[in-house]
Amino acid sequence: MQQYLYLIPAMPLIGFLLLITGGAQFPRYVTAMIGAGSICVSAIIAITMGAQFLLYPPLEGVYHQQLWHWFNIGKLHADIGLQLDAMSLVFVCIITFIGALIHIYSIAFMEHDRDYARFFASMNLFVCSMLLLVMANNLVLLYLGWEGVGLCSFLLIGFWYESEANCMAARKAFVITRIGDTAMIIGLFLLFRELGTLNIREILALAPQYFTTGNTTVTWIALLLLAGGMGKSAQLPLQTWLPDAMAGPSPVSALIHAATMVTAGVYLIARMHTIFELSPFTMHLTAIIGALTLLVAGCSAMVQTDIKRILAYSTISQIGYMFLALGVGAWSAAIFHFFTHAFFKALLFLAAGAVIETLHHEHNIFKMGGLRKDMPLIFRTFIIGAAALAAVPFVTAGFFSKDEILWFAWSAAGGHPLLWVTGLLGAFITAFYSTRLILVVFWGERQTTPGKLPSSAMNIPLVILAIFSIGAGWIHLPHLTQVLPETVLKPAHPEEIIFQFIAIFSTLLGIMTGYMLYYLYPHTIRGWKESEGLMSVRNFFYAGWKFDQLYDVLFVRPFVFITQVNRNDVTDKIYSGIATIHLQLNRFLSVSQNGSLRWYVAGVLIGILFIITLQILR
Amino acid sequence: MILLWMIIVLLAGGLLCWLLGRQSAGYARWTALLTVSADMVLACCLCWLYHEFPDKSSWFINYQINWIPSMGVSLHVALDGFGMVLLLLTFFLGILAVLCSWNEIRERAGFYYFNLLWTLAGISGVFVAMDLFLFYFCWEVMLIPMYLLIILWGDSRRRYAAYKFFLFTQAGSLLMLLSILAVYFIHGQQTGLYTFDYFELLRTTFQSGTAWWIMAGFMIAFTIKLPMVPFHNWLPDAHSEAPTAGSLLLAGLLLKTGAYGIIRFVLPLLPEASVAISWWAMLFGVIGIIYGAFLAFSQTDIKRLIAYTSVSHMGFVLTGIFSFSEIAMQGVVMQMLTHGLSTGALFVMAGMLKERLHTRDITKMGGLWTSMPAMGGAAILFTMASSGLPLLGNFIAELFILLGTFTVNVLFSVLASVGLVLSALYGLRLLQRVFMGAIVVTNPVRDLSTREMLIMAALSVSIVALGLYPQPVIDTVHHLSFTLQPLLHE
Repeated sequence: MQQYLYLIPAMPLIGFLLLITGGAQFPRYVTAMIGAGSICVSAIIAITMGAQFLLYPPLEGVYHQQLWHWFNIGKLHADIGLQLDAMSLVFVCIITFIGALIHIYSIAFMEHDRDYARFFASMNLFVCSMLLLVMANNLVLLYLGWEGVGLCSFLLIGFWYESEANCMAARKAFVITRIGDTAMIIGLFLLFRELGTLNIREILALAPQYFTTGNTTVTWIALLLLAGGMGKSAQLPLQTWLPDAMAGPSPVSALIHAATMVTAGVYLIARMHTIFELSPFTMHLTAIIGALTLLVAGCSAMVQTDIKRILAYSTISQIGYMFLALGVGAWSAAIFHFFTHAFFKALLFLAAGAVIETLHHEHNIFKMGGLRKDMPLIFRTFIIGAAALAAVPFVTAGFFSKDEILWFAWSAAGGHPLLWVTGLLGAFITAFYSTRLILVVFWGERQTTPGKLPSSAMNIPLVILAIFSIGAGWIHLPHLTQVLPETVLKPAHPEEIIFQFIAIFSTLLGIMTGYMLYYLYPHTIRGWKESEGLMSVRNFFYAGWKFDQLYDVLFVRPFVFITQVNRNDVTDKIYSGIATIHLQLNRFLSVSQNGSLRWYVAGVLIGILFIITLQILR
Repeated sequence: MILLWMIIVLLAGGLLCWLLGRQSAGYARWTALLTVSADMVLACCLCWLYHEFPDKSSWFINYQINWIPSMGVSLHVALDGFGMVLLLLTFFLGILAVLCSWNEIRERAGFYYFNLLWTLAGISGVFVAMDLFLFYFCWEVMLIPMYLLIILWGDSRRRYAAYKFFLFTQAGSLLMLLSILAVYFIHGQQTGLYTFDYFELLRTTFQSGTAWWIMAGFMIAFTIKLPMVPFHNWLPDAHSEAPTAGSLLLAGLLLKTGAYGIIRFVLPLLPEASVAISWWAMLFGVIGIIYGAFLAFSQTDIKRLIAYTSVSHMGFVLTGIFSFSEIAMQGVVMQMLTHGLSTGALFVMAGMLKERLHTRDITKMGGLWTSMPAMGGAAILFTMASSGLPLLGNFIAELFILLGTFTVNVLFSVLASVGLVLSALYGLRLLQRVFMGAIVVTNPVRDLSTREMLIMAALSVSIVALGLYPQPVIDTVHHLSFTLQPLLHE
């Protein structure tokens, strides 16, 4: 079976190549068939291979396939080589399966777009890069996928490039993630210098022998890799690009900025878990960053008015949970949360896209309202997605994964009560804004008249995702323990059941608060709007804690200022200065060449006098 | 002998172009195309033979005939893998240079192609000459026709640019001539054998003080060509005013002769002196990376912008060479090739835009992707190549250089890595100002013609191939690590 491994990323690649070479000539249905078909085939292969993998586990727990030697100089060698183990299998299945659903949805969603082929070409390239990222057997190839998804993200955020704002958003996303990527590649240099290899399996095997726990070098490596993960996964302080990235089409937000690409950081950290385990400091930092991010982004999500920005902040916040889990050493819990999150967040984005399309590109939730009756199917799927996001107990997938993380945040070896409290607060906030979203969009007065309802090509993926948003919590991923270490618990930890009760309570409290504020007593909020203090807090949250303004003052303006000041290249002055001196000298001497005989005679006489004087004085 | 033939073919082809150009411009350009293609075929054959060649550490071709025996000057040409890849690049870009001048040049086409081919002859001479006198001769041969190309077919400020180009490079050349003569006489005094032969001169030993001065002469000439900050000022002017093919040859090939000179002459002739300045050279390389990127970011003239990116990329080359690491040295060779392709492609595109819009000002462009989807796609590919995106050759080059430098000097490598972020900044700015954003140009702009498509396709395929399978290049220039063995770490 493993000899067909290459087909999984090759299918989308073929789709991409066909579409960029002939895309303009193909009729729409051919474009759609190539674009979505390639991912569907890839998904079928991936799932078949996954079933094979689980039924007849390979000896070392990994399929691998080496395609060709990439480069080889002295110690440095890298292959274009793929591997598939239990963890990459989870990612591959999610990427191809959700990817296929989103592509099918896009066939209808992008129907009237001029650049139909360009859209599918970029999406296919994205899926290919993302698959390479999670299947790479060495870090250089992983980095190739890593940058590839960044490029596709850039292309798709700026898909409607005529608008300046979209271009700015695309550029911002690329540059901010590039900062993280650069840190990451420096981490790779350091790894190579120390261990002499960039092969993932070799690194994981060598690192514990080579480094002692808490060693400075290994801490640096872990920190640099973490920085890479923070950039891609939009964690504090590199989170500012993700809300703006919503400028892209909704399927893009669903696939790239919710389900797959933004979790690349989670994948990287889980993949390099040995390195992180050797550096307790970095582990703690990861957990703290995750906790802070989930809170900061959650607060921003509470007050947003753009439906996609709410979801974007909630994505940042949910990935914060994953980082928290990684930081306390709950590896499998993080992957499990990734797994469930991918379904319900993709569902939410696709449903939001359907709402936006139906309401003639209206993004503001306060101009929606009363859609419960107009769009029953979208309403039902949306409410399932929101319930999963809010982690409504027992019936949704989000509950199982989030509950596990909260439990480990306290009781895992790296856990701390404060982390747990932050997580719990985050759960409350999540439940609150999910409820707010549902109530404002689907209840209340109708504000905008809906247009044509979405077709079945858009509905079917929603239904499938809704089913998984409920059911995925019951799927267990036991094979992950082949790859990831078991979570170590504190010696004396309280009973899990108590934590579950508290978590359920905080979720229900959040839902209740939302219900009270946005359904039962809406005038309370109107009252709050009078208060200046509350409004300034609200505006602070609304602007994403003013990170953009801070970076603008700290980095963007100084950079632009320096480059503008030196536009004409200050070093050029040296050379033009030399030229000017010579010109002046020339002008000075040419004065003497004026053609007047008297002047020349005088010159000659002065010369003679000068020579005679010299002779006399000698 | 075949190497001399290659140069003679170009020289003769040039003369023929000049003659035929009087009849018709069409004859001239076909002659030019056939001439360069003939050399390309020869070079490909050589490359094929080289892979069968057993002993990669010795010279593949080594040919010598007397020229001026009384002074010890001979026509000594030799080829190794390093020279081979550069020759291939020369002829490849040469063909593209002819193709991209196809419709651009209407006046005095015969004389134009004469200059183009003679520049190419000079460049290929530089890459194979193993006699310092011959090397210097070829160095000048590539300079003067290039000067003519700029001053006769350039843009509005062509006189200024051409003078600046000539003065800068000529100043460097004269210092190099002094150094060559110094080496010649010192060797003559030591052995009694007065010769310009490279292999003979390699055996010379220098006192450290003298060595330093000789090295300074060579280094100034080569770093002006490279160019290194603060000797880079000729470059933006020359690149922006030159005709498209001129910019292509300048960026793609002339800059590489600087790097070639350092690797071929400075390091082997004067190893101790080179090691002594390595820290400073790396520092200036890093300064170049960052300074060039800062300047590129603020330009509004598309060709000046691309020219400053060259300054930034050549900073990687300088840093890589003087890190004396085997990996970085391979990266330098890769960077020479891939920078030639990617920046060459960007200049070709700038030329195509100028032909259509009659401006180089990016503030007057915008939203061109709509009318030119193919060119927009190519532009994304090559700006991304220039920003070091994996999958494309430039990434391999920069990865090797940074990785190699990292083992030697962590700080410089980290600072140079900042160049990756900066390159994204200027690259995206270029891309978005020209191809994205609101549609500024109202009159219809046609997309790539078949000829232009061919040029871009050739460049795209090469840059992707180098990114996905760089091993053949690595194997071909592997012998450099034997030649420079005493200098390299590890």
